Amino acid sequence: MTDPSLIRGLTNRRDVLKMSGLAGLGMALAACGVKGKGSPGASAPAADAVAKFWAGRTSNGKLNFANWPLYMDPKHPELTKFTAATGVQVKYEEVIQEMGPWFAKVQPQLAAGQDIGYDLMVITNGIQFKQFRDSGFLAPLDHSKLTNYVANADPAYAKEAFDPGNVYSIPWTSGITGIAYDEKKTGRPITSIADLFDPAFKGKVGMFSDTSELGNFGLMALGVNPEKSTAEDWKKAAAKLKEQKSQGILRNYYDQSYIDALGKGEVWITQAWSGDVFQKNVSDGTDFKFVIPSEGGTIWTDNFAIPITAKNPLDAIKLMDFFYDVTNAATLAEYINFVCPVPAAQEQIKKDAATNPDLAAVAASPLVFPGAADYAKLHYYREFATEAEHQEYQSIFEPVVLS
Amino acid sequence: MRHRLAPYLLVLPGGLWLLLFFVVPMVTMLSLSLQEGDVVNGYVLTGHWQTYVDAITNYRVQLVRSLIYGAITTVLLIVAAFPVAYFIAFYGRRRKATLLFLLLLPFFVSFVLRTISWRYILTDEGILLGPLKDAGLLADSFHILGTPVAVILGLVYNFLPFMVLPIYVALERIDPRVVEAARDLYASPLVAFRRVVFPLALPGVFAGVLMTFVPASSDYVNSAVLGSSSTTMIGQVIQSQYLVSSNYPTASALSFTLMAVLLIGVFAYARALGTEDVMKVAAR
Repeated sequence: MTDPSLIRGLTNRRDVLKMSGLAGLGMALAACGVKGKGSPGASAPAADAVAKFWAGRTSNGKLNFANWPLYMDPKHPELTKFTAATGVQVKYEEVIQEMGPWFAKVQPQLAAGQDIGYDLMVITNGIQFKQFRDSGFLAPLDHSKLTNYVANADPAYAKEAFDPGNVYSIPWTSGITGIAYDEKKTGRPITSIADLFDPAFKGKVGMFSDTSELGNFGLMALGVNPEKSTAEDWKKAAAKLKEQKSQGILRNYYDQSYIDALGKGEVWITQAWSGDVFQKNVSDGTDFKFVIPSEGGTIWTDNFAIPITAKNPLDAIKLMDFFYDVTNAATLAEYINFVCPVPAAQEQIKKDAATNPDLAAVAASPLVFPGAADYAKLHYYREFATEAEHQEYQSIFEPVVLS
Repeated sequence: MRHRLAPYLLVLPGGLWLLLFFVVPMVTMLSLSLQEGDVVNGYVLTGHWQTYVDAITNYRVQLVRSLIYGAITTVLLIVAAFPVAYFIAFYGRRRKATLLFLLLLPFFVSFVLRTISWRYILTDEGILLGPLKDAGLLADSFHILGTPVAVILGLVYNFLPFMVLPIYVALERIDPRVVEAARDLYASPLVAFRRVVFPLALPGVFAGVLMTFVPASSDYVNSAVLGSSSTTMIGQVIQSQYLVSSNYPTASALSFTLMAVLLIGVFAYARALGTEDVMKVAAR
């Protein structure tokens, strides 16, 4: 049966293993740290960074584009046009649903200097944008390759605090976080953030699981401007949000899936992104409303960026500039209904409205071309000076979502 | 010489596999749980045990909740699985293979997909609640989705075969003549079941509990898909700490805590029930 020498051998060997294992464990523990990529001043690139990155790049005739859902006509007419004009094949994938998971997903590959499989991605300004930028994960853009952008982009974007001068990114589109609701269910028009805390809608209120989005609305509910908020305000806002949950008013915290929850009647009133509701109504024949609350809404920008490890950056930057052509910007805005970064597109949409009268509403929509009065009601995200400050914010709002 | 080395060589592939995909990640995780830093600047090993204290204090609610959900799920599973296993083992006859195949058939569809289809069944205005609400039997705001009921229902559904199969195997091994003997000795069907069949099936139940309680307690899919923020389970917290916040130390500390709690629980359970006694009954 069992060979006694085998058992003896095993015990001896095991002892040896144990001894070496103990010594090895300490070394192994120390060896498996996680390297960051941060370097002080990474946000201000070296003068020759652009030249260095772009030197010797050639077009490969293809690129992989990672974007959010509901961000392009599902038939991708612009991409077809781009391929016809340049011969570059685009693989378009709607793989980004929320910024936190997206950063966490690609961070290990980028930190190891590996290709993430995408040459172009659309990332929101905010906590993760800063993490991408400060980790050195974004390719510095060569503005000499962005002629349409230089000619047509709204100059206001180059002044945004998250990427001054659009060194690493140019806008895909901006959007407004407000409230979407189903008036048939709520029975009355919704006007303010206070409605999200109304016990009349018990179990039918949705909020975003993204801590920036959630925290902003908690802060504005208290009358605090998120941009100027302090740690004290964060705690008060978190307490208010916890109450919303403990009283059963809140149904759930959502990522992009909030729009389905609204469609299925799971929520009647929810935090929402401006263009989604419009697209939902067009594609599903629903009649949901979107409103910028009286307390204010937030405006954010989703940006084109090229991962530093991209295999086809030249093709990617070509596509970026393609969307700054006035006609392309117009057709995109006509479909997605988010804030268009190309002001001249408004005229183009008015022209297109001659053949398609529905588009007149798009050209006049404050959600696509907000006026000064609209901007007055909108807040930007809070910029965190240090990673520690961001961690503090996270540690206050994360338990709200997870508890 | 050769026959002495052979057992080691046989162990080698599996052993290497375990070393690579179990031991290495475990050591990495232990190390991570004791590191400090952030994802941009990197994490450094500092032996910071406070992470454990903070993680447990912050997320004890989810930890306890997960164990409770796991326990309720396991009990419901025994109740639901026993009759199924009993039926297949004693009345399956020629159809046994077919019945077992039917039991495993749902596995041909992805776990996540099956859980998502429960969303459609349970949704507020779906095929189940819609008609009841239209008929005025339920309030408009009544819902199952997003409640613990939905999560536990999903867990029971998803883990059912893991309870049925071990119980079936135990029942299958029972010699029908033993039951006949009990009946011959004037045991009523109920007494025969309680004194003969059930004790003989205990090893199966024991295995079933192990196979379902541990994964059900650490599951994160059912609560994410069918639950809401008030049904968050510890698996979701760990997933979110790793894959949303990139807070590796907290995530690792929670994983280790969960593992420790489950291990202690399982050992206590084995002790209380007495694995050896169970096995003795099986052998008798």
